[in-house]
Parts: sequence; structure tokens; C-alpha cells
Amino acid sequence: MLKRRIIAVLTVKDDIVVQSIGFQKYLPIGKPEIAVEFLNKWGIDEIAYNDISATAKGKKPNFELIKKVAKKCFVPLAVGGGISSLDDVRKLTQSGADKVIVNNLLLQNPSAVKSIAENFGNQCLVASLDIKKDVDTYKPYHYLTQKYLPYTLQEWISQIETLGAGELLINSVDRDGSYQGFDIEALKVIQNFTSIPIIALGGAKNAHSFIELFKQTQVDAGAAGNFFHFTEHSVNICKAQINRVQAWVRLETNANYQDNPIDAEGRLLKKEDDILEHLLFVKIEKEII
Amino acid sequence: MKYKHTQIAIIDYDLGNTYSVLNAIEFLGYKVLVTSDYEKLKKADAIILPGVGAFEAAIKSIIRKGLDKILAELVLQEQKPLLGICLGMQLLANSSEENGFHQGLGFIEGSVKKIIPISDATVPHVGWNDLNMVQDSKIYSKLKDSKNFYFDHSYYFECESKYVSATCSYGGLSLAASVQKNNIFGVQFHPEKSQNNGLRLFRAFIENS
Repeated sequence: MLKRRIIAVLTVKDDIVVQSIGFQKYLPIGKPEIAVEFLNKWGIDEIAYNDISATAKGKKPNFELIKKVAKKCFVPLAVGGGISSLDDVRKLTQSGADKVIVNNLLLQNPSAVKSIAENFGNQCLVASLDIKKDVDTYKPYHYLTQKYLPYTLQEWISQIETLGAGELLINSVDRDGSYQGFDIEALKVIQNFTSIPIIALGGAKNAHSFIELFKQTQVDAGAAGNFFHFTEHSVNICKAQINRVQAWVRLETNANYQDNPIDAEGRLLKKEDDILEHLLFVKIEKEII
Repeated sequence: MKYKHTQIAIIDYDLGNTYSVLNAIEFLGYKVLVTSDYEKLKKADAIILPGVGAFEAAIKSIIRKGLDKILAELVLQEQKPLLGICLGMQLLANSSEENGFHQGLGFIEGSVKKIIPISDATVPHVGWNDLNMVQDSKIYSKLKDSKNFYFDHSYYFECESKYVSATCSYGGLSLAASVQKNNIFGVQFHPEKSQNNGLRLFRAFIENS
């Protein structure tokens, strides 16, 4: 069975991973390559590296930094930010990116987007769209101008599909950094507009956010930035909780937290005494592949 | 360490995710280079044909660089082990219907077709999926209980079942996840992006061939 994916988003501003709050405030977290090394060890399914300062400042992606990141990344790596031509995409794939994420380019140069899909395949192209609720309808929104686009959501998605996008990254502006959970209402609407895989982003607080997402929608993947960065083993603990409800995700790290009680806030509690006693005699050998 | 004396060549045809594959093979401790040079490919112990991209652009680039003839000599005549990954596997087929009709390398009889799901499923088929082993294959000899790998493709390899070593279920279909014929192997998924399972596969491919 195809598993649902848990994707970690690295929001990168001036080559530093940051925490993003409502597209306006940013707090520094650390170096991208170190974040990736840990996320990979903790069993993340995919990493989306999003450089938010490149396009805004008219800069190219930082290819050297992406190479460093890719070296630590044994899961798919999608890279966004500062992509303006086919040549950028070629350099990115040579630097270890598996997919590119385009947002502004969809508006600025649709024919370039189309040629990315034709040359690198649909699977290489992730179209990112920001959505925001205007009174009672969801509309596509533009992060640079901070204005709504002059299209309905359905029109915009079908335009993106004709350009050859292989995945849609739906970013809820209202939920960004809010810890209120994914925008399930919006995603339920969007999944009826499209036949390509959807990645939901914005608002994840803990494992329950993902459980609700997978229960209530058909989306392929849930993505989060902020909450994976602040606790040890955030990814495998989150996945362990999800799989207690239903085995939706891949969980293969040695530390799978199957015996740990976890409280409603997602915090680990002490294991039962008899499990601890037994554990004293278990030796986990480090596997040399 | 015998690893250090094993030379792996990754084929460079301008498209494709050579860096990720290079990184994985380096991580395992082998000597590895990315090249399209005949002499260097001839000296390699095993060859990897990676792939991200569209079929037409890839095969044109391969022919332009003369790699089709080089591979035919090294792989078909000299029996050098070859592993095709994703598009690299599809290139082994006779033809593909991705954006028109295109001829492939024809190393394993088959054709590449668009995935048309029977049940409700999105295309591309993207994500971690379990394999169903249908035939013994040396590339899987080092796997443990888990058999999931990362897939990302819109087209699939259709061929006789004798060439298929594993399948995956998607959208009500059973798709070829890996194919093999003598010294030639192809995997539809991305071992270089499948964490430990992927590294185990590379190790098995190189050690067993």
C-alpha cells in the first residue's frame, strides 16, 4: 500500500533555517545541513527546502548550500526559491535536488514552468500555491505582493495542471505558524479540483494535526516546518502516534516508540516498569549496511 | 577493504539526478565517478544509469553522446552489471509513449506506458510503497522485514512477467517495481532516496554482481 508522507519544510532565509509566523515574522533556527542530517536520521519521508529570500531579492538558489544539504539527505529533496529558468533547474538537479518547487514563476513565466515539466518530467515539478480565505471563499494568494490573484482557486489549479505540475503544495496563509492544525476545510474543497497529489502545509501543531488530516482528507502528504525543529526525535515520535490510529505512514527507525505512553500534547511519558526491566537485556546492534 | 577497489560508474547524460546516486555510492565506500567517457565506463566494475526527467530528452541526449552504442558493447557483449533507476529503467525498454512515441535502448523487451489507475488514485504515483517480491533477485538479498521504497513516476514498464522481480500495487494496478535480465537490472523506485533500504539495495547490487 502507498504510505502517506510526512514532509519537513525548511524555510530558509539568507541561508539560515527560520521559523515563519504568518509570512511576516521570522525567528532563526540554524544551519540547513544540520537540520537535514537530524530529520533524515529521525525517519522523515521527504524534505522541502524553501528559500524565501532568493526570489524576493532577485537572487539565484544557493547551489553550494544545496549540495551540502543533499549530502546529508537520503530521502527526496524538493527545492524552491529563486528558480527562474530551465538552467536553474538543471543546476539544482545536479546539486542533488529531486524536485523543484515553483510559485512566483507560475505567474512570471508560465512557459518556463512548462519546459521544466517537459525536460525533467512532471514528477520533478511541484507547484506551490498560497491560499487565503476571503470572507467565505478560498482564493489563491501571492506571497510577494500579499494580494489575492485574479483567479478562482479552481481556475488557478487547472492552469497549473496544464503547465505539467506533478504535485501541488497547498500552503494556507491563515494557518502558517498558527499551530491551529491543517486547513482541512480548504483541502477538502481542493481535492475535488485536481487529480494530482496534494501536499498540505500550514498549521501543524502535533501528531493529531496529521491524524485529522489523513482521516478527513485524501491528501497524499502533510508538511510542517516549525514543530519538527524543536524536539529530539520529533519525526519518529509523531509517526508513532499516527500509526497507533492507523498505519498510514512509514516508521522504520530503530527508536519506534511503540512501547512509550504519549500524552495528549505529544509528550513522551515513562515506559511501564516491566518493559523497562526487559529492555535492560536487549542490545540493539548498529547495522552496517 | 575490497570496497575501495570496486569502481562504479554513473552515466552522465546531462539530465538526471547524478549527485544523489553518487552520494549514496560514496557513502557505501566505493570508488565512484560520473562520466560518459568510453574508457572510463569500460574500466568500471558496474554501471548505474540514473534518471529524473522526460524520456524523449533523455534518449536523445544518450544517442547524441553515443552512449547507446557504448552501453550495448559493455552491457550486452561484455556483460557488465547495469542498474537502471526510474527513468534509467524505462530507458532499457524498446519504446515509450511518454509525450509521443520514442524508441528506447531495447535491452529488456518491454514498453513504457502511462499509468491509468482503475481505482481512485492520483498520478504521478509518488511516495513510499511496499514491494511484492515475485521472483528471487540478488538486488534484494540484503533487505530486512521492511520492503518499502520511494517511487515517483507517471509511466510504468510493461513487459513479460519473466523479467519482473517485484511489483507494487497502486490505483488498482500491479506495476513492475523492478525488472531484470541476466546482468541487467532496473528499478522503478529511487534507491538513492529510500534511506536504509536503498543503501541495502545498492550494496547488494554491487556485492552480488
